[in-house]
Amino acid sequence: MTTSEPHSLLHAERLRRVAEDGILLLDGVSLSLSASETVALIGPPGSGKTLLLRALAMLDALNGGDLRLGGDVITPEGVPHYRSQVIYVQQRSTLIEGTVRDNLALPFSFNSHAARSLDEDRIASRLKGLGRELAFLDRTSTDLSGGESQIVALLRAMQLNPAVLLLDEPTSSLDQQTSFQVESLLCQWMQEDGNRAMLIVTHDEAQAGRLADRIIRMDRAQIVDIAGGQP
Amino acid sequence: MSYHDLSTLDVTVAALLILVNGAISLALGLGLERRLLIAAVRTVVQLLLLGYVLKWIFGASHWLAIVGLMLAMSAIAGVSAVRRTERRYPGVWLNSMTAVMASAWVVLGVALTGVISPAVWSSSPAQYAIPLMGMILGNTLNGISLGLDRLTEELTSRRAEVEMRLCLGATRWEAAKPFVANAIRTGMVPIINSMMVVGLVSLPGMMTGQILAGAEPMAAVRYQIVIMFLIAAGTALGTTSAVLLGYRRLFNRRHQFLAGSIRKVRA
Repeated sequence: MTTSEPHSLLHAERLRRVAEDGILLLDGVSLSLSASETVALIGPPGSGKTLLLRALAMLDALNGGDLRLGGDVITPEGVPHYRSQVIYVQQRSTLIEGTVRDNLALPFSFNSHAARSLDEDRIASRLKGLGRELAFLDRTSTDLSGGESQIVALLRAMQLNPAVLLLDEPTSSLDQQTSFQVESLLCQWMQEDGNRAMLIVTHDEAQAGRLADRIIRMDRAQIVDIAGGQP
Repeated sequence: MSYHDLSTLDVTVAALLILVNGAISLALGLGLERRLLIAAVRTVVQLLLLGYVLKWIFGASHWLAIVGLMLAMSAIAGVSAVRRTERRYPGVWLNSMTAVMASAWVVLGVALTGVISPAVWSSSPAQYAIPLMGMILGNTLNGISLGLDRLTEELTSRRAEVEMRLCLGATRWEAAKPFVANAIRTGMVPIINSMMVVGLVSLPGMMTGQILAGAEPMAAVRYQIVIMFLIAAGTALGTTSAVLLGYRRLFNRRHQFLAGSIRKVRA
């Protein structure tokens, strides 16, 4: 195997996952995310985009491959810490019962984030960028629309300042105006710190063009094409 | 107080009461006749068999026979607990068996050392150990099956929430804890409920039996109180061990949730 590149933040080498019935779900996928890089992942439904994000989040047991963050291999005990640094935001946002505030506070109840707590000022300024008032924090999660839930899930991940965000169609439930607001929020988040990277699955090639330094296309469990930037 | 042995005729008359159930089923077209017949036959046959086994064991009174019978009872309880669940995972049978052993035997051990002293039961151990074990097992198996059922049901239907927690950096325990707690609570609720109403709404079978057999009501009540606490402890220990063992099977050491290993068995 090749060693990870010097500036590579997240490096995946030949990730392989086979379903119980023998179908290849990930067929030796290699991928590297550099600091301050945004990569878009596109491809037809069922091509393995979500499974790749899940693999990068270490959610599924793989049949082979190597994953490194900042050059370090991840030990079993180190997985929760790794996941606090490489956060995968599911396409169908999942919120717990309670208010938006309860949802944003949830990660701080985990040991990985116990040293910090909910920063309402920071959230308020992010909400402003999305055209929402602070009162949004008191809304009940079950009353939110699909788009609003998606925003909460995104803010919940962003506030944790991970090194890498893995986003699965983060604007799929949003109207166009809110989509643009979310896109600029994501760009702003990337600019705040030069040691961040983002991998974003999208069906919208125009969005991929607007956000990404590099576009990766997947088909049939493999990466088939890389456009823009370094390979 | 006196004790009256029931004759075969007495028992037959009581058994004929099953005709009441049969008549209702026929009149309302419930279609339960066949099951009623099987249930009635099983009740008689299983209890008669138990009678013969107990008679033999009480007569033999060898500790190996007693332990053997209790092991068989425990194994049946472990299997029955899983058979009542709708979703299973590899290792669930062993989990259930371990949970039964770890709870019922411990509680029985406490009962036969701390509550009823060996001096009392050493002359006829089977007379104490087997009924107590039966009471503890019956309730423990109920708690285990409810707990395992709830655990696998919730983890399946709320998989996205479990994974969301993991994605945000939760350990496997932090991700599973709410569901583990719900499952243990579900397993323990029935015994808490019956402790709430015992003596008000329900007259426990064991106490009724003792009173029919001529025991002083207060003496029977004391036994019943002891039994309730033994059952409660057995259920708590059994449910908790089964659910925790299930959790260990369903989350690996890399903090991954093995959702794919849960299989539904009944439609």
